[in-house]
Amino acid sequence: MNFDFKQDHFSLFGLPRRFALDAGQLDSAWRTVAAQVHPDRYASAGDAEKRAALMMATHANEAYRTLKSPLARARYLLQLAGVDTQEDTNTSMPADFLMAQMEWREAIGEAKDEHDVAALEKLARDLQRDAAALQQHLGVALDDAGDLDGAAVLVRKLRFLEKLEQEIGDAIESLLF
Amino acid sequence: MAYSEQVLDHYENPRNVGSFDKGDDSVGTGMVGAPACGDVMKLQIKVNENGVIEDAKFKTYGCGSAIASSSLVTEWVKGKTLDEAMSIKNTEIAEELALPPVKIHCSILAEDAIKAAVSDYKQKHGK
Repeated sequence: MNFDFKQDHFSLFGLPRRFALDAGQLDSAWRTVAAQVHPDRYASAGDAEKRAALMMATHANEAYRTLKSPLARARYLLQLAGVDTQEDTNTSMPADFLMAQMEWREAIGEAKDEHDVAALEKLARDLQRDAAALQQHLGVALDDAGDLDGAAVLVRKLRFLEKLEQEIGDAIESLLF
Repeated sequence: MAYSEQVLDHYENPRNVGSFDKGDDSVGTGMVGAPACGDVMKLQIKVNENGVIEDAKFKTYGCGSAIASSSLVTEWVKGKTLDEAMSIKNTEIAEELALPPVKIHCSILAEDAIKAAVSDYKQKHGK
């Protein structure tokens, strides 16, 4: 088998290059590719081919993880289009968004201080709702409007939300265990 | 990771925590955030009629280095003109706090926050 490391992740799994994604289709495509490159199939192959198969298996896993996560998928699509999401460098988010971030942090801190797991779980649900809305906007910006700069801002926003989700999770864990 | 003594000092005794009235004409407000770590920083300056920053406040959600960076900057800008405040470099903040390379972005956040606060003040005064 020839391994093509150059094709993009969407081509690897035979999926259209877009943000909207059928998760079931991705899962089954990944299983097919993973089975094709599984090291067991190359038990009797030469060392070079074994090595190539192992590298391809790693590559396919990485591609799967990237496409599976909405944030990573959007970032990857922008990267393919030559757009830097500036997550490490751009600090100028809209003021109302940053204000909301502060309020989220305060609410998490208060709920944690009061050992209020129910409040934290409600915050987690609210956050999921906000993240879903952002992902919907990302779909429009990437697949329909071709608004790449707008999509980069949405990726940065989603990155903040991912961090909040982690903090809520950590807070719940610290209270339960 | 171990924090430097300077970071711990600012983290444990942060200077100038709080806020001014955003609508006050003599106040400039800068809000910035770092997507990679989720840190959010609000930095405000109070400017007198001679264009000198006479007071500063901050509110930061983030790691110890981010809190220390904003605390330090609020100390530094007091008594400075707007132009002098604009010339504060993140490298100076990082050096003063002995920040390790992975925490340099915290000092960048503080530099961006003071720049945003000065810009906001200038915008309010049509400069």
